[in-house]
Amino acid sequence: MAIATETLDLGDLGFDRGAHLLIRRALARLAPGQRLRVHGSHRELALHLAGWCRGRGVALEEAEGALLLGPCAALARTEQSGTPARPAESAPATWGMAARGADVELGAPAYHFPLATKAEVWAEEAGRLYAQAVAGQWDPDSAIDWNAPFELPDEVEDAVVQVMTYLVENENAALLVPARFLGQLHPHFREVMQCLAITVADEARHVEVFSRRIALRGRKPGLSSVGGQASLKTLFDTADFSVSSLLLAVLGEGSFVNLLNFLNLYAPDPVTRQICRLAARDEARHVAFGMSHLAWHMAEDPSLRHRLETAVEARYDALADTDGLNEEVFDALILLAAGAFDPAAIATGYQRVQDLVREMSDGRRARLMKLGFSLPEAQAMAERHTRNFM
Amino acid sequence: MSEKLTMGAVAYASKVVTIWEGFKGYFAANGLDFDYVLYSNYERQVEAQFAGEVQLAWNSPLAWLRAERMAAARGVSDQVKAIAMRDADQDLTSVILVRADSGIRSVADLAGKRIGVGAIDSPQATLIPLQWLREQGVDTASLQIVRNEVLAGKHGDHIGGERDAARALAAGEVDAACIIDGNHLLFTKEGTLPPGRVEVLARTAPYDHCNFTTSPGAPAALIDRFVTLLLGMSYDDPQVRPLLDLEGLRAWRPGRVSGYPLLDRAVTASGFYDAAGAVKADGYRY
Ligand SMILES: [Fe+2]
Ligand SMILES: [Fe+2]
Repeated sequence: MAIATETLDLGDLGFDRGAHLLIRRALARLAPGQRLRVHGSHRELALHLAGWCRGRGVALEEAEGALLLGPCAALARTEQSGTPARPAESAPATWGMAARGADVELGAPAYHFPLATKAEVWAEEAGRLYAQAVAGQWDPDSAIDWNAPFELPDEVEDAVVQVMTYLVENENAALLVPARFLGQLHPHFREVMQCLAITVADEARHVEVFSRRIALRGRKPGLSSVGGQASLKTLFDTADFSVSSLLLAVLGEGSFVNLLNFLNLYAPDPVTRQICRLAARDEARHVAFGMSHLAWHMAEDPSLRHRLETAVEARYDALADTDGLNEEVFDALILLAAGAFDPAAIATGYQRVQDLVREMSDGRRARLMKLGFSLPEAQAMAERHTRNFM
Repeated sequence: MSEKLTMGAVAYASKVVTIWEGFKGYFAANGLDFDYVLYSNYERQVEAQFAGEVQLAWNSPLAWLRAERMAAARGVSDQVKAIAMRDADQDLTSVILVRADSGIRSVADLAGKRIGVGAIDSPQATLIPLQWLREQGVDTASLQIVRNEVLAGKHGDHIGGERDAARALAAGEVDAACIIDGNHLLFTKEGTLPPGRVEVLARTAPYDHCNFTTSPGAPAALIDRFVTLLLGMSYDDPQVRPLLDLEGLRAWRPGRVSGYPLLDRAVTASGFYDAAGAVKADGYRY
């Protein structure tokens, strides 16, 4: 009995110019048991077809000038990597780099992604915050008027440079901490990956603008203190994504929004005010991402709540013997808020910095309560936050 | 009697270690205590089969023919068998290439010409195409044979000799070149064969390549288990697929010897081995 065949005419198209594409397509359309008859005038068609078929386990029969392919076994099996719209609860290591929802061939190599479950990485707001971040990107060259005229006394310029020096080292930490988790995250959780990536890009821009402000009047950076670095190192060494979200985003960057708004209000020159205003806008998104992630994870895992409390306590203990915010930064903030060196102005500046510190603590407490901590818990955690602010 | 099955393989490339380590793991996971020994050339491997060092060997077609001749001379032909092979090793052909402007229109025109071949011991690029030409009535003694010796003793497993032959053809250093069919498209795509300037003059009859060859006295039960596990490997199995991809096949097939007569006639005609399997080829260093 004759086996049913389909026919493919390649004309003069050969394997040296893409014939395999039409052949593969025709084979994929064969019904089970069917064979494919290939016609073509390319001189080396039969020769190349032989090698191509052999390498793919496709039967080839050459009989009286006819080239008959197949029938073919079913194609290698695949599994779908979740759905494009919604990530799976857990992403297998073998889904690897595949687009979410792709048909992943079985047998793909296993990647090492320590962060691979939805419970521990997801944030319901991630997609929205990523889109908002993309729309909110700004170009330091055009968004800031670097040539805006201003004249500052040397001591005031020194104070600005010291605050900027402090900001750069905090931005370095705020860049590297999410970058490290980004490298551990399974790309199946695309929106979270994108959020972390654009956060890293935001922080890169912050590092740039604060560094440029330091150099704007020909200065070099000021002091980097042991206390500040010790605080950042406890943040940098935090191995847990959610604990890090709490310490960095909810507590640290949340406090930074207050600080940047303060500088937007009291900085003595228009360039500093502009860069702090723009950076504060980005930081608010970073805080929102941390809040969204923690709300999700705390709902998924009730034991997280206790781990977060413990982590704040542990960091507080670790930093108990350090200075926290260095005196130079603190004094620089007072001076900027004072605007002058007379006693009354200094008293005002001092009070404004006291108000800032209280505002930061109130903000931390409010966010913690929004995450479900009770007032006494939130109060204790807010107060135990690092004196370095970040 | 040892319950371990030991196989010989030739180390023609570093990936050979990866391949057989992978198979060793697969067999171990399926209850077969399997190990392998690497040889630097096929002659030594076949001799090891008859010295009792290994119970089977992954043999080139030429090594198979030597084992077959040695077995016949020792009266153990019933024990030296081709038990399994790759699907990709069945029905290969070689091609003889010429430059399009060479004026060579038929194999008869090759008389007196320079023909680039592979290594002295390459079945696909030397022994088989030359034998095929002989059987087409070409007086091969009249040909100026230019060998491209890459890794002699490895029976043409290294592609380099064929690529050198193709390069020499494109450069006008030879008038014809012999390569295996699958390399024609590869050499065309990589630019070794300039498009439109080189033509296929002729294509040999089909032949088979490597097989697993049992040694005299190989333990039948272990060999049966080996073949069963081998033929049971499915390309659809994600655990097994990387091994098959490494070794370049989609499925193992039961061994067959119907694809070796052309090479066997080449061995006899060229005097590569004698009837008892002794190496007689002139200038063969391994
Ligand atoms: Fe920042
Ligand atoms: Fe930030």
